[in-house]
Amino acid sequence: MSIDTETARRVAKLARIQVPEDKLPELADEFSAILGFIEQLNEVDVDGIEPMTSVTPQRLKRRDDVVTDGDQQKAVLKNAPDAREGFFAVPKVVE
Amino acid sequence: MSELSKLKISEARDALKKGEVTSVELTEACLSEIDKAGTLNAFVHKTPEVALEQAKAADARKDGGDLNGIPLGIKDLFCTKGVATQAASGILEGFKPEYESTVTTQLFGQGAVMLGKLNMDEFAMGSSNETSVYGNAVNPWKRGNDAAELTPGGSSGGSASAVAADLCLGATGTDTGGSIRQPAAFAGITGIKPTYGRVSRWGIVAFASSLDQAGPMTKDVRDSAIMLNAMSGHDPKDSTSADIAVPDFEAALTGDIRGKVIGIPKEYRMDGMPEEISKLWADGTAMLKDAGAEIRDITLPHTKYALPAYYVIAPAEASSNLARYDGVRFGHRAKLDAGDGITEMYEKTRAEGFGHEVQNRVMIGTYVLSAGFYDAYYNRARKVRALIKRDFENVFADGVDAILTPATPSSAFELGAMKDADPVQMYLNDVFTVTVNLAGLPGVAVPAGVDKDGLPLGLQLIGRPWEEGELLNTAYALEKAAQFVAKPSRWW
Repeated sequence: MSIDTETARRVAKLARIQVPEDKLPELADEFSAILGFIEQLNEVDVDGIEPMTSVTPQRLKRRDDVVTDGDQQKAVLKNAPDAREGFFAVPKVVE
Repeated sequence: MSELSKLKISEARDALKKGEVTSVELTEACLSEIDKAGTLNAFVHKTPEVALEQAKAADARKDGGDLNGIPLGIKDLFCTKGVATQAASGILEGFKPEYESTVTTQLFGQGAVMLGKLNMDEFAMGSSNETSVYGNAVNPWKRGNDAAELTPGGSSGGSASAVAADLCLGATGTDTGGSIRQPAAFAGITGIKPTYGRVSRWGIVAFASSLDQAGPMTKDVRDSAIMLNAMSGHDPKDSTSADIAVPDFEAALTGDIRGKVIGIPKEYRMDGMPEEISKLWADGTAMLKDAGAEIRDITLPHTKYALPAYYVIAPAEASSNLARYDGVRFGHRAKLDAGDGITEMYEKTRAEGFGHEVQNRVMIGTYVLSAGFYDAYYNRARKVRALIKRDFENVFADGVDAILTPATPSSAFELGAMKDADPVQMYLNDVFTVTVNLAGLPGVAVPAGVDKDGLPLGLQLIGRPWEEGELLNTAYALEKAAQFVAKPSRWW
């Protein structure tokens, strides 16, 4: 399957990665090569096969829905590029 | 003192217990070797202060375990409290975790010493350590007198290089598609990827959560057994961590494999496989037979589809896991222009912070999960994955104890050799190892010979789930028979 520039642009947008306009054709070519490789999967008869959801046959562990940790505000914010007054700071989200 | 860094973990453990050496001496010897080996670019964050403090504490401890006082290298993918942890990515520049991964907590709890953080491919995506923000790690092995620098493999390239060059006694690695076993084979060392769920993933920067497993990379099979014991065990903080007792893996090393059934899968005999790899495989088969194992031809019919299934599933999971790198909570944030909003911040931050390979895989993952393609790609790949797992279950049900294959399709290649190649060419490095991750099985790479240029070649053994002890014992028998003792000549 061949990926066009428009699809490459859409995927980059969905992935929230800025790709300059002049790099889109190259990106589309790389996607096409990888997807061409993946296309082989269409040769496999998967009728009646359930998609694998768990690597080992175990039920995911559960625990009581209670608070187990807390009061870590300082540690949580320690690595933030911009933190103010105990919060993560980001550019304006709503006009 | 440089001889001390050449010790195996088992040898150092015994010498420490007898009081013949101190952890401080071992640690200083390693730190001195690391300082002389800058050109290998294996250690990317050195932690001599941490190391010497841990070594002193180990020397003061009276009842230390097997790893007490043993100096190790830690892959940059493991979160280490207060110590730079970047997953070799620009997007985690400056990140110093406020917490310690379960694996390193367990290792340090048992007295191990951290020498520093090791180079790797960015977010463990790569097979040559060439996608790292720190630059390439270099293999200590060279082709005879040829000056060309070779890849140590990837993604755990720094770990492989450091262990092979005797900069440390052992190292941690992680393996999502072959990232422990391929570099181990390229560097002439031993590495095991345990059964999925054996080792906690908590605090290890996630790449593809259903495939990632951590494991040891060491100078021999016994050392892998010792280190794996220390790394394994149930962890309530990883919901896929198995609540299963961890046996003594070292005690399983008897070398007796009489009557064990070793499967030789015909699908791993690839077209165009180099003669040296075929011969290595045949030699390894003969060694196990001579040791008393029964050799059986087996079939794993869906092998061919493992790599394409992997290149749907791994990028899909990566695109989800790497969504957290958005410039808000940690790491890099792009400088914004006037009027830029939050979307521009995400897009610019991720474009600046992620390297080319990581960007591509995140976008491939985004594509295969997007509306309209989810069934055609992602669900189909998960169905094929179920078939690949069933192939293994069938041969194990027929009485096969372990499967012998080559570890890699070639010896270490030149850094830069794949620069202009199609990305799929690089992916083929994992053709023999990736099936094991998809099926969640344990797999070990053991050095078994050298090629015409004197470069190491490895064989892979694949075991039944949760039977790492038996698998390591078969690897031990192979190691004893292969008698691989070659070492890289020192040029660094």
